[in-house]
Amino acid sequence: MIRTLTVALALAFVAPAYAEQPCCATGDLGLVVERSTGSLLVVDQSERAAIGRIEGLGDLSHASIVYAPDERFAYVFGRDGGLTKVDILAQSIVGRVIQGGNSIGGAISDDGELVAVANYEPGGVRIFDSETLELVADIPTGSKTIGLVDAPGRRFVFSLWDAGETWIADLSGAEPVVTRNEGTGSYPYDALVTGDGRTYIAGLFGEKGLTAFDLWDETPTPRRILPDYGKGQEDLPVYKMPHLEGWALAGDRFVLPAVGLHQVLWVDARSLEEVARTDTHGQPVFAMARPDGRQVWVNFAHPLNDTIQVIDTLTAQVIHEFRPGPAILHMEFTPRGHEVWVSVRDAGKVIVYDAETFEELGVIEAEKPSGIFFTARAHRLGL
Amino acid sequence: MRALRKYSLNISALLFLPAPLYAEAINAEQAAHLENLVIQDCGSCHGLTRKGGLGSPLTPDDLSHAEPEGLAMIILDGVPGTAMPPWRPLLTEDEALWIANYLLTEPAK
Repeated sequence: MIRTLTVALALAFVAPAYAEQPCCATGDLGLVVERSTGSLLVVDQSERAAIGRIEGLGDLSHASIVYAPDERFAYVFGRDGGLTKVDILAQSIVGRVIQGGNSIGGAISDDGELVAVANYEPGGVRIFDSETLELVADIPTGSKTIGLVDAPGRRFVFSLWDAGETWIADLSGAEPVVTRNEGTGSYPYDALVTGDGRTYIAGLFGEKGLTAFDLWDETPTPRRILPDYGKGQEDLPVYKMPHLEGWALAGDRFVLPAVGLHQVLWVDARSLEEVARTDTHGQPVFAMARPDGRQVWVNFAHPLNDTIQVIDTLTAQVIHEFRPGPAILHMEFTPRGHEVWVSVRDAGKVIVYDAETFEELGVIEAEKPSGIFFTARAHRLGL
Repeated sequence: MRALRKYSLNISALLFLPAPLYAEAINAEQAAHLENLVIQDCGSCHGLTRKGGLGSPLTPDDLSHAEPEGLAMIILDGVPGTAMPPWRPLLTEDEALWIANYLLTEPAK
């Protein structure tokens, strides 16, 4: 009894230290990239509102963001080679390095200790300490490097646009171990890793099909999938490269944007065989599955980028089409999928929709918004 | 929109203006639209500041060897075997020439 009281008293003295911690949790927050002004809008999901802006991040065309496991710190990868660490609670930049001349995206290791950036110039991947942003490893590839994702076991996987290779960097030991795979195919433009970390799939621009690697294999080897899609059809011009990041398992299959065809492709998750195709409004850019996998939302490349189509997973049919506004760049679902947030660049708006009724629920003003990133990504592999 | 552009072009031809400089065939509203296209949509591959990305850099320095007419042809017809698509389905020749001159003269940010 006395001992309990002593402990309670001790805790009472300790408690004020906790009280000085910041007031707010971040599980409900997110960041919206404002690409032209080099700024980030801090947004609150349940308020459907902007709660602040972080400025000074450089050229944010094609910027992407990953989150530290604590969902407080975010790492922003800018086109100008800038790697910026921001504190969402303090709404400020806490670190920034210009690590390359021209970059295309990044990833954070499963343990949250390493942040990797893929660079076009100089071609390769650079890996940084997530705490200090000090360089930990430099992996030159001699090629524009794309499709960088994290994989379990402090690994990063990425592909080489010019060389058509896929490399796996293992940072679990004292020194990085890099495994090179040739034969990925012609001009891999982006890649994804499945949520279980097992399958890495690179999309190809220079030829038909995609290339899959089973990361559970002792020595992953390239396997061409969907080699025949679009064969015999004339390619349509691609005014914006599709992104594979928005992939998600939709039931027992996943859906991917085709390249040079106005279609999305349905792939059996187990066999990696094509099982269906859906004709779409334009060249798909993102095909984002709602977290429950019941629907897939698709946006399109210029000049058909004012439209979104919603596809039903069971029937592979378009069930809804609407026009939120000019230049829709990204869609982000709330973690459980009840809402979707859509960035409409040339309208200067992020619009929030009910993901079931498609009703518009709110509008947030933003300066040329592009990517929307909710903090729940912190706990999802490959994001 | 497309019809309007042709109309304004015809007027300048009727007035016997000298071989139209790029600025003359394109009015201010169209110019603003094209500038947004260059920065935002060309910027997807070439960077918002035109310093390159998947596509090559397009600053005046990088293009110092190029003629506007040649650049306009690349814009209209693309570069086969690369990710540069033909923009002819979306742009008129005057618009492509306006963009070429913009790239050659507008300093990168």
